[in-house]
Amino acid sequence: MFQIEFDNDKVVGIDLGTTNSLVAWMNLTKPEVIIGDDGEKLVPSIVSLSPGGEIVVGSRARQELIEHPDRSIYSVKRLMGRGIADVQQELKLFPFRIANAAEKESEAILRVQLGERTFTPPEISAYILRQLKKNAEAGLGEPITKVVITVPAYFNDAQRQATRDAGRIAGLEVLRLVNEPTAAALAYGLDRRQEGIIAVYDLGGGTFDISILKLHEGIFEVLATNGDTHLGGDDIDNRLLRIALEDLQTEWGEDLSHIGEAVQTLRREVIRAKESLSFQPAAQIDFAWHGKQYHREITRELFENLIKDIVDRTIGPCRNCMKDAGVTPEQIDEVVLVGGSTRIPMVRSAVEVLFRAKPHTELNPDEVVALGAAVQAGILAGTVENQLLLDVTPLSLGIEISGGVVSKIIHRNSTIPTSASETFTTGVDGQTNVLIHVVQGERELAKDCRSLLRFDLKDIAPMPAGMPRVEVRFLIDANGILNVTARDARTGKEQSIDVQPSYGLTLEQTEAMIDDAIEHGEEDLNAAQVALARVDADAILLAIEKARHNDAWREMTERERENILEAIRQLQIVYHGADHHVIREKIDVLNEATHSLAESMMNTAVSAALKGTKV
Amino acid sequence: MPRDYFEFLDLPRNLAIDAKDLEKRFYSLSRQLHPDVHSRKIAAAREQAEESTAILNAAYRTLRNPVTRAEYLLKLEGFDIGEQTTKDVPPELLEEVFELNMALEEVREGDTGARDDIEAARRRFEGMRGEIDAELEQQFARWDATADREALAAVRGLLNRRKYITNLIAQTNVPD
Repeated sequence: MFQIEFDNDKVVGIDLGTTNSLVAWMNLTKPEVIIGDDGEKLVPSIVSLSPGGEIVVGSRARQELIEHPDRSIYSVKRLMGRGIADVQQELKLFPFRIANAAEKESEAILRVQLGERTFTPPEISAYILRQLKKNAEAGLGEPITKVVITVPAYFNDAQRQATRDAGRIAGLEVLRLVNEPTAAALAYGLDRRQEGIIAVYDLGGGTFDISILKLHEGIFEVLATNGDTHLGGDDIDNRLLRIALEDLQTEWGEDLSHIGEAVQTLRREVIRAKESLSFQPAAQIDFAWHGKQYHREITRELFENLIKDIVDRTIGPCRNCMKDAGVTPEQIDEVVLVGGSTRIPMVRSAVEVLFRAKPHTELNPDEVVALGAAVQAGILAGTVENQLLLDVTPLSLGIEISGGVVSKIIHRNSTIPTSASETFTTGVDGQTNVLIHVVQGERELAKDCRSLLRFDLKDIAPMPAGMPRVEVRFLIDANGILNVTARDARTGKEQSIDVQPSYGLTLEQTEAMIDDAIEHGEEDLNAAQVALARVDADAILLAIEKARHNDAWREMTERERENILEAIRQLQIVYHGADHHVIREKIDVLNEATHSLAESMMNTAVSAALKGTKV
Repeated sequence: MPRDYFEFLDLPRNLAIDAKDLEKRFYSLSRQLHPDVHSRKIAAAREQAEESTAILNAAYRTLRNPVTRAEYLLKLEGFDIGEQTTKDVPPELLEEVFELNMALEEVREGDTGARDDIEAARRRFEGMRGEIDAELEQQFARWDATADREALAAVRGLLNRRKYITNLIAQTNVPD
């Protein structure tokens, strides 16, 4: 088989969080968070464009956020994969400056204004990723191109694609998107080879996830997942902030809610108070502004009254998740807490009551997701053996049929990768194209679900209505991302489709953003892209070298072999050039040429697996 | 390549399947076919891993549940399951369905007293479903032992009835 060992090809795990981000790696037998040059493990997910035009990320951007709030952004994860229409609620609570907010097109890609420039959410996230990449390279002393990135389990397809795009823009190859609660389970499962059912309750800065998993001899099988991608510590901060702003309005007769600098300073103070309320019965909010002093004590009792409904909002998804997993609270052996917001005593007791079990808190809830991502990176790099994640898709996938009704083709909580095929035909004589609308969600009407993409089945041979048969295959891959292919069911020929993502970026747009970043003085990005392309070229060349000793190679026709050898020569010619586009192009040609080879080798593997022999 | 889910999991075309054994096969094949295991191979091999794991997952999902497993086997054996005609009430249930609809109507109009009737109806329907499941088990064993197509015809009839009753049970879930 194609077995390649890259001794020096490290894969790191990244937790790209709403509030903080981290990078971790597998240090021999255990995962470890990599410390940045500021001496911190956590990189605040803040990006700022300094007045000098320089991009500042993380702890350095924290001060910028206060001094230049109009040139800074935090919690950008809330905007990932979303359209203008569905962030209206967010805009009331967060100081996001959307450059194209007035655009009529509700599905247009958001652009965030920082000073005089605008950025899409994946571009902002890419800056955070590049900071983490730099930290990893400094910490490990070698270039890093391959990563695993975690996403909330309840992220939909558009949000996942946006995260993967962010990786690409940052010059990283995203080997896998892993669900955050699943990653946490992996981090916990490392040193304890237990069997049983575990629930992972993950309340972070901006998202809530609940996952129920079955553990068996190193296999982590997710039974069901549920959540809310807009629920987290941010919401608690906003409650406290509103109280303080109302106080100031009464005490000083001043409305500070539109003064960015004041709001950001106050925000920092309420977060400090919130955090100390996890350890003390009362906390103080102190705020000084233009010679005036504001002071307020918040008791834990008041705090708990304030956040009760936020905590309650996590209970419904937990119940539904248990129902979908087919388990009762009694059957759950262990509960794992993830995310900074699970430090709040009220959250902990709610979890204890619900699952009737004392939750695990041995690992730092801020770090556990990154640690799990590092374990998954180790699995993909081949350094962690005998462990395997079997995850699920969080939302049902459907297509819009007549009357705006959704016909479900893949149900939520299906183990991924998963696929479904549907055959489409024409309604009118001579019709040469069919429009298809794909949505994600549980509701019955397409308008109440998340629009994912529209595609046009084009170039259908003109025939009487109902005669053409186009088979469309929907595959949700191991990243939870949808791939669509179509073929003519009569001829078996691949059918061209023109996919329009509803909220995501097209491949061309992502490429344009990379070029744009390079233009703005990110020279190392170009170098990273070229390095990345060469790594991929090495991988395929090495794999083919190995495959030449396989029976499947000898069974190919002379012509097939010659095609592959010619593609190899073409790739070798461009390999040392400085244009990653050209290298990629030749890799694609070579990949195409090896298709039947891989297929026949995989078939051998499948039949061997079925016979019970180890491949 | 295997032609159907039973072959994929190397199982005989039986209606009764040991859940533990099925799970073991699923885990063992996952360890060999999953994309994570093939992540360092060329793109085409990774795509193949994705494809075969998607089939494995579908096979496990279908065969794990007795109802979907039986429906799948019926289809393989050339039985037309067809669209469920839940509108046509089985004659022996006519009276039950009529009374349930009355009670549901009363609850909608605010008469909470009818809730008890609905609850009683739900228990009766669940009892019926239990009986059907027991009968299904018998027919499953009959098919597995004799490969008698009469057994499959009986299974098809039972599945239709079961679907109808499951639908009725869902209707008894009246929101508070």
